[in-house]
Amino acid sequence: MSDHTTSVDYVPTSEPYDREIAELEETYEAHANPVWAWVTSVDHKSIGKRYIVTCFVFFILAGLNAGVMRLQLARPENHIVGPDRYNQLFTVHGTAMMFLFAVPVMTAFSTYLIPLMVGTKEVAYPRLNAFGYWTFLIGGVFLFAGLYTNTGPDAGWFSYTPLSGPDYSPGKRIDIWAQVVTFTEIAALVAAVEMIVTILKMRAPGMSLNRIPLYVWSILVVSFMILFAMPSVAIASTAMLAMDRLVATHFFNRAEGGDPLLWQHLYWFFGHPEVYIMFIPGLGFVSHIVETFTQRRVFGYPVMVLSLFVTGFVAFGLWVHHMFATPIPQLGRTLFTAASVLIAVPSGIQIFCWIATIWAGRPRYTTAMLFAIGFIVVFTIGGLTGVMIASVPFDLQVHDTYFIVAHFHYVILGGVVFPLFGACYLWFPKITGRMLSETLGKWHFWLFFVGVNVTFFPMHLLGLDGMPRRVYTYLPEMGWGNLNLIATLGAVTIVASVAVFLVNVAKSYVAGIVAGDDPWGSAGLEWATSSPPPAWNFHPLPVVTSRAPLWEEGDEMPVATGLATDKREVLITTALDAVPDNRHEHPGESHWPLVMAIAVGVTFIGAVWNPWAYVVGFVISAVAFAGWGWPRGTKPEHQVVPGRIPSTEGRR
Amino acid sequence: MLQGGLRGALNQSVLEASGPQAAKVERLWWIAFTTAAIVYVLTMGALWFAARRARRRELRGELLDETAAEPRMTRAVTWGTAATLVILLLFLGADLLVGRTLSPIPKKQPLTIEVTGHQWWWEVAYADTSPHGRFTTANEIHVPVGEPVLLVLEAQDVIHSIWVPNLAGKKDLIPGYTQSLWFQADTAGLYRGQCAEFCGLQHAKMALQVVAEPRTKYEEWAAGQQKPAQNATDPVASRGREVFLTGTCVMCHAIEGTSAGSHVGPDLTHLASRRTIAAGTLPNTRGALAGWIVDPQRIKPGVHMPPNQLKPQDLDALLTYLQTLK
Repeated sequence: MSDHTTSVDYVPTSEPYDREIAELEETYEAHANPVWAWVTSVDHKSIGKRYIVTCFVFFILAGLNAGVMRLQLARPENHIVGPDRYNQLFTVHGTAMMFLFAVPVMTAFSTYLIPLMVGTKEVAYPRLNAFGYWTFLIGGVFLFAGLYTNTGPDAGWFSYTPLSGPDYSPGKRIDIWAQVVTFTEIAALVAAVEMIVTILKMRAPGMSLNRIPLYVWSILVVSFMILFAMPSVAIASTAMLAMDRLVATHFFNRAEGGDPLLWQHLYWFFGHPEVYIMFIPGLGFVSHIVETFTQRRVFGYPVMVLSLFVTGFVAFGLWVHHMFATPIPQLGRTLFTAASVLIAVPSGIQIFCWIATIWAGRPRYTTAMLFAIGFIVVFTIGGLTGVMIASVPFDLQVHDTYFIVAHFHYVILGGVVFPLFGACYLWFPKITGRMLSETLGKWHFWLFFVGVNVTFFPMHLLGLDGMPRRVYTYLPEMGWGNLNLIATLGAVTIVASVAVFLVNVAKSYVAGIVAGDDPWGSAGLEWATSSPPPAWNFHPLPVVTSRAPLWEEGDEMPVATGLATDKREVLITTALDAVPDNRHEHPGESHWPLVMAIAVGVTFIGAVWNPWAYVVGFVISAVAFAGWGWPRGTKPEHQVVPGRIPSTEGRR
Repeated sequence: MLQGGLRGALNQSVLEASGPQAAKVERLWWIAFTTAAIVYVLTMGALWFAARRARRRELRGELLDETAAEPRMTRAVTWGTAATLVILLLFLGADLLVGRTLSPIPKKQPLTIEVTGHQWWWEVAYADTSPHGRFTTANEIHVPVGEPVLLVLEAQDVIHSIWVPNLAGKKDLIPGYTQSLWFQADTAGLYRGQCAEFCGLQHAKMALQVVAEPRTKYEEWAAGQQKPAQNATDPVASRGREVFLTGTCVMCHAIEGTSAGSHVGPDLTHLASRRTIAAGTLPNTRGALAGWIVDPQRIKPGVHMPPNQLKPQDLDALLTYLQTLK
């Protein structure tokens, strides 16, 4: 890193300080060979950046799938693709958007941002973090390799049994799907563990629970949700569906005592929380955007945090509303209806709080702010249709129609993609050191806003008009042609807007305005270091005395000194009050996480063809484990000396 | 849409209800839609008001009175939340009420029809107290107008979902489970339905029709369906019958009154009395039937029926025979 000075002048530019920085540079020095440095990196920022880019690549590929689907549906009885190809396209579109984009892109951003936001030097378990990325990458490439070799999964993103079982989906397509799901679940689970530990144990001194930024809260809630939701689908897909297909177990075969509905319960027990797992971080983004561009703390902080938790809890009580057309007792349906209706309350409260913040603040309509407002405008429609389909009688009419397609695209594009694009404009300067162009940004926003509404609004009408989802074509007599054509034109607009975004990113990355540390005048700790931050994020560590440290403390931010600079030492603080508690040495660069990910890859990909792959994978993993945990030797001063817990100068 | 004097032959609109089930949902939709529209307009109005107020303050160089602002915002958010809760609870009440009235079947022994989902067609069997009264057809459900009808739903292979939007909401057909669905058609006419649960390659072309007719006409139809197929009398039709019985057709299809008795594909005993072929995909005309028999894969790629290469005169005879199956 070339520039590691900070605008917040809490560091005396003294000689001992310069010496410490020189030592840190040596400690965090990457391998001389850039390729090897890239492979072995365990820096959360490096991993986070490549994670974000990878997710966007999958977003674009999955989006292009949708483009072909829209072309096929533009006219009745069209022949651009046949049913076989179409089914692969929509399955991979859904699977990639959910498993390779919407959830992991939030992981990716949190990998980058959370350590900066909580004011620590590294993410917890940095090697695990690298491993998570590699696993995710292998899984994603595997899915698209399947699609492009005409072996793409074709039973829909929720792959209902028995259609996805060995009898009705012979071949390897569904096996690929089941394994891809597992890859991404592993990546999500390890990221969740890292985030929980980073947030609970590595916050800067003084960042007590009531001073945690809202995005950090959202990631904490989501990480716990991942821990409870993901195992359900991992077991259903890897353990049960793959075994049904590979070694002829009968978990989902009614004739042999299994049950196809078991799949639906296990899948939606994950699948509904999943919606909130990708949406809650979006809420976190919006809070930060609104806070930054109204120059005012978000109104109702305690209520905002509670809303996130309530959403996280209630999200686990909704899954059956995907199954109203299956045999479910009346009482059970009522319970799930009530939960599905009432989950609108916490979202509503947060929207009201943002509106109040805008009212009381000084809004600046930057591109990021437009995306936050676009989120409110678009997402609210999705939220309202969501309440409608919580009703069993109404849902039974529109379930599995284009009304549902419209609903969840309003929710996901509104609740995930709008905040995400806003987040890109807000944090791009931090990540790259340069600003994104606002002119191109406005084009990007308006094209996207118009495109999303033109594409998905007509789908509500198509659904009410009786068009089922997942049909590769429809008869001309049905009269669905014009609305479908409009939707396709909207899809073209979305493609154009994303193209503008890509041009913006490429141009700004090379020649954007140099950002400086805190171009927006934000409140959070991530702006208290240089843009891009040095490998060690902060030195010395900031000490937090309020919820908006940069606004409250300004130039006189207190700091905590005393962490070693000749090794990768991080400060461990207590979970509630973030009082310094311990110090911990993190491991350095390593290629073993990649080897471990390859072992996982060999296991799961190989198992598609031969169960012996598990044995081979086991052996490679054992080697990788040994390499990963091989003793590094300790520097003499490594021992924790209670008397040397860093002092926290200036703490109240 | 009027077609042949009948209502809505190809209409699948949720909002053109023709029976008590669908009508109640239609009413619920309009209540929900109106409420949602009001909530949306109010929320967007609040957003617009907030942005405009903030802007005006800035243009006039005013400062926000912080001590007055906090309680005002608290009040606004509290009222907004309270209103949201009340609206949601009212909606929940309306939903439960509708759900309750839709559930019980309003007749002791309604006409019971067993519908079995197959990849990619519907088997329709009319239950009867005597085994002779039982008959099977495909992709077309005839019902008497103004009477509740009970569908007993099963699936042969994968999960399907039956949905005739004008009449009632959908219900899944799940292998190994038996579900039921009741509906009533209030107006005589044709109602189109379609499979709503993704079921493989030809999910898009798995449609069915409900034909609602007055009781007498329905009974006439049912009596016709209970009879076995007529014996072919003219020589061309007889030749066609032979083509059918000696070819591959009998591997999958049944025609009552002949030796063809396989139930893998649709029962063809009264094929000519049906309005469509290939599960609502084509009109039941001689030309369409010929195209379907020769190359079903062109019309429904992936369908389980194989292509049939027949000599022109054999095909002609076969078509003539099939068209006698009234």
